Amino acid sequence: MIINHPLLGPRDAQEFTYLGDATLINRPDWQSDNAAQAFHDYLYLRDNPAGEHRELWFHEQGDRSWLVVTRNTVTHEILSVEMARDVAKAAAAERSAQ
Amino acid sequence: MHKLKPITPLGGATRRQDTIGAVTITEVVDQALASVAARNGQAKAVQRALTDQIGLTLPDVGKAADAAPFATFWMGTEQWMVTAPYDSHELLAAELKQIVGDSASVVEQTDGWCRFDVAGAAVCDLFERMSNAPVRSMATGEAIRTTAEHLGVFLWRLADDRIAILGPRSSAGSLHHGLLAAAKSVA
Repeated sequence: MIINHPLLGPRDAQEFTYLGDATLINRPDWQSDNAAQAFHDYLYLRDNPAGEHRELWFHEQGDRSWLVVTRNTVTHEILSVEMARDVAKAAAAERSAQ
Repeated sequence: MHKLKPITPLGGATRRQDTIGAVTITEVVDQALASVAARNGQAKAVQRALTDQIGLTLPDVGKAADAAPFATFWMGTEQWMVTAPYDSHELLAAELKQIVGDSASVVEQTDGWCRFDVAGAAVCDLFERMSNAPVRSMATGEAIRTTAEHLGVFLWRLADDRIAILGPRSSAGSLHHGLLAAAKSVA
């Protein structure tokens, strides 16, 4: 499997390690009233789709960046690769615009 | 006072050099290293400080740059490794910290890495056997982080026929073994 790194171009999957669902970026606010419930959901509740899945990968043997990889779990086709920092920044900008 | 003697990454008193066929592998022990990581949103300030004071231009993704006696290569997003001769810049990290101030985090790296310079017409043949980095298409002044001999390493193309490899110092022996084995197979 080849992951097309947004900065470095196509790199072999052996350079990467897998973390999990990309929703792990959206860590709940620990000071909110429903923090216990929110963290329970954040930690334990995951979809396990057969098909497109957004997931976090770490380029451990490369530039050590976190990536959000959209992958089809059935075919292993990689549909898009983004820098996790860009995804997180875009999400933060969207939240503050609301 | 104890009589302490510095040793090289391979454990010798002096640097080791091996010539196998047309390839020469030299242990490099005279370079100090420090990493510079820009703090959040301050990459431009770091760049300005280094250009103003030591004339060093921080390179873009996958590239290296030099401004004698300093040289630098890209390590990751807004992070660079800087090298300089050990004899004149033993306190490289402190020196860089003075320059960049609060705009970047500077970490001493000299004793964390070992470096071998591999020279000869067959360098690409050698590194093709050791890693999956596209060494043949790397131009002079490009650097890449990848794996070789199961170790995380930087490959830094210094010239057409010269590539530096930096790996973890505690595994210098394994890396050297890998280099020798690859050199023998291309000799």
